[in-house]
Amino acid sequence: MTTVEPAQRPAEDHRAARSPERAGWSHATERRLRVIAPITVGVAGLAIWQFLVSVVGVSDYLLPSPAAIAQQFAQFGPAIWQAALVTGTNALIGLVVGTLLAILLAALAARWHAIDGMSAPIVASLAVVPIVALAPVLNSMFGSDSQFGRQAIAALASFVPVFINTVRGLRQTRPVHRDLMRSYAATGAQSFRTVTLPTALPYLLTGVRIASSLAVISALVAEYFGGPRGGLGSAISTSAATSAYARAWAYVVAAIVVGLIFYLATALIERLVLRRIPVGGAQ
Amino acid sequence: MAVRHTENGTTASAGTDSVSVRGVTKTFATKTGDVSALEAIDLTVAEGEFVALIGPSGCGKSTLLRLIADLDTPTAGTIEVFGKPATRARRDQDYGIAFQQAGLLPWRTVAANIALPLELHGVPAAQRKARVAELAELVGLTDFADRHPDQLSGGMQQRVAIARSLAERPRLLLMDEPFGALDEMTRERMQTELARIAAETGAAVVFVTHSIPEAVFLSDRVVVMSPRPGRITQIIETAFGKDAARDESLREAASFFDRVTAVREALHGVPVPVAGREER
Repeated sequence: MTTVEPAQRPAEDHRAARSPERAGWSHATERRLRVIAPITVGVAGLAIWQFLVSVVGVSDYLLPSPAAIAQQFAQFGPAIWQAALVTGTNALIGLVVGTLLAILLAALAARWHAIDGMSAPIVASLAVVPIVALAPVLNSMFGSDSQFGRQAIAALASFVPVFINTVRGLRQTRPVHRDLMRSYAATGAQSFRTVTLPTALPYLLTGVRIASSLAVISALVAEYFGGPRGGLGSAISTSAATSAYARAWAYVVAAIVVGLIFYLATALIERLVLRRIPVGGAQ
Repeated sequence: MAVRHTENGTTASAGTDSVSVRGVTKTFATKTGDVSALEAIDLTVAEGEFVALIGPSGCGKSTLLRLIADLDTPTAGTIEVFGKPATRARRDQDYGIAFQQAGLLPWRTVAANIALPLELHGVPAAQRKARVAELAELVGLTDFADRHPDQLSGGMQQRVAIARSLAERPRLLLMDEPFGALDEMTRERMQTELARIAAETGAAVVFVTHSIPEAVFLSDRVVVMSPRPGRITQIIETAFGKDAARDESLREAASFFDRVTAVREALHGVPVPVAGREER
């Protein structure tokens, strides 16, 4: 074979073609705008907020000023860090355990339809378990000095999206790949490893990305209902109870940061893995 | 290519035949009742022979191929591949297979895709690497070994699939419309390549297609099938001779057009008054 057809995919050309009406802007300008625009909006928002509080005179307990929150954030830095560490650890353990359990059960459900049928109602009920109802129960079950209840809640919240997505992913195996593996007389384990699991991976990772934010929110909300001191949720409720509103807001900011870190980390993993494992395009 | 023209329906000893299909019927159960996909099929493919299965949609040509590959089981009748039951032949990896869709694993490189069957069957890494290099060379993709399938054109993907089907040096190739999704120019080039590869490896080929020129160009015998129920209506020998070069000159030869006409008449069931130039 001497002839070679050219590869069909010009790498990044689609970007240029996307917005012809703004053809006047160079790539660099557009990229810079993409960063500058949200920062400008954020700064303007904070300025309006500060203006409302210090000039218009909205009272402090309704809305503390950004400056006051920043001041509290700096003053209670170490405490906030400690609290974020506690909540972050609980969320991480919950996310990892929930994800592993979800993958295991999804693999079983995809393999044996009986297990799928058995697990469907259980997963459906897990999906609707209210954290606010479960948290006090688990906290009293495992005592006031154990983080286990909170981790279990985070695991539970992570389990559902990972399970649902993974089951779906495990069913995406293409008939041609199934035929191929059968023609190779491949064992069930070989087919699972070489075809079924890689096909499901993008779905699984999307599930983990969704679960990451849920894990942080659940771990944090669970802290409102007893258990040991420490953690962002406890700190927010304590600060609010003692009328330290600016401090409560400082903890809320920390909670947002933790949630974002989880989301961005899982999104990054998804991106890296999918870059190494290109999907689609092949016939 | 060792061509042995075996008559349809021969039930003699199948020891040296690549494929022997005897009295095969396939019925699919559907909600509205049983649908007969194949009825009383007898077909023998000799060692090294190139046989094309042609017919309109629903004539069961793909089903027949799947039965030979043991991807489905016949309702009645027996199928032997190299004298063994089809299931045994599949477990022994006696055939290589390619489908209309290349069916490459998109997360694997070209080289890793070609290596897939070798890997599954525990061939040591060093041997695997050498064989993959050979195969990539054979299909002209040496420079693309590290690419992923989504960086290849449809024709290149199909070549990878053919290389993969040849990985274990099978003496039988089963191909289900492998060029069906390609444009006409790529398709003709791939046909020439396949004819060369089949001649070089000496493997028997069962090739499903719905293109008359493709069937005539490639094969020693063209098996014409008709639908509802699927059965073999006629078998036409191309008889270009075993040394006939399958290249551009054959595509323009008078004997080529004769066979194309013969196959078309067999498909339509009536003689066509004027010898047509080309069907597709």
